[in-house]
Amino acid sequence: MMEYLYAFLVGGLLCAIGQVLIDYTKLTPARILVAYVVAGVILGGIGLYEPLVEFAGAGATVPLTGFGYLLSKGVKEAVAEKGLLGAMTGGLTAAAAGITAAVVFGFLVALIFKPKDKSV
Amino acid sequence: MNITPNEYNEMAKKASPGTKSYKTIPAAFLVGGLICTLGQLLNNVYMDAGMSKDTASTVTSITLIFAAALLTGLNLYNKIAKFAGAGTLVPITGFSNGVVSPALEFKSEGYVLGLGAKLFVIAGPVIVYGITASAVYGVILYLFKLY
Repeated sequence: MMEYLYAFLVGGLLCAIGQVLIDYTKLTPARILVAYVVAGVILGGIGLYEPLVEFAGAGATVPLTGFGYLLSKGVKEAVAEKGLLGAMTGGLTAAAAGITAAVVFGFLVALIFKPKDKSV
Repeated sequence: MNITPNEYNEMAKKASPGTKSYKTIPAAFLVGGLICTLGQLLNNVYMDAGMSKDTASTVTSITLIFAAALLTGLNLYNKIAKFAGAGTLVPITGFSNGVVSPALEFKSEGYVLGLGAKLFVIAGPVIVYGITASAVYGVILYLFKLY
């Protein structure tokens, strides 16, 4: 049961930080997502994110920082295996499923559904 | 009435509703935390079904992305987002919402330059900066033999 609590707390905290950025800075949602991904790559790269994933599970992997961590992890494995070429292949290889899912499901939903009036 | 731009800014500040951080931050924490808890639940279900740790994590992401895309199509995700703010933005579901929302909205401008292009309005920058950062990291790893 504790793993659910840790996932809730860490995931909630990462989102609360995002809300602080929205409320107190002029960062737009797109900039916050970009910042989270890059922060995930950096924190993953210097080895700080891995312990958080061990501790909080989905609380660390579901937020966009987890996507950045996944990129850094993929690059590290690929560089170990293929050398410099890995710097080019590792990130997208690790992120392939997520990006493809977002593009394909995004495309299908946008195709099938009708845009709604924003004011509703 | 003559007012200077500075005075106008002051007046606008007073008139506009202030951000109620004592509401928005707990809301973001609660909803974001719940989405991550759901992710943990999915992850455990997939691992119980015999998937490896990495596979379960990947399939969890795919499930959440699918669910958020569908909820965005049904106009439900945006309603939750109004309450949850960053709680629905920061999780991977927010990325999915950022893909579907503009694609759906700009469908009227055509299937290629409308739907197809606007699908990447949010996802594009995220991928550009994420991939570039990871490639830079890879080069650093290689140059300093840190792998």
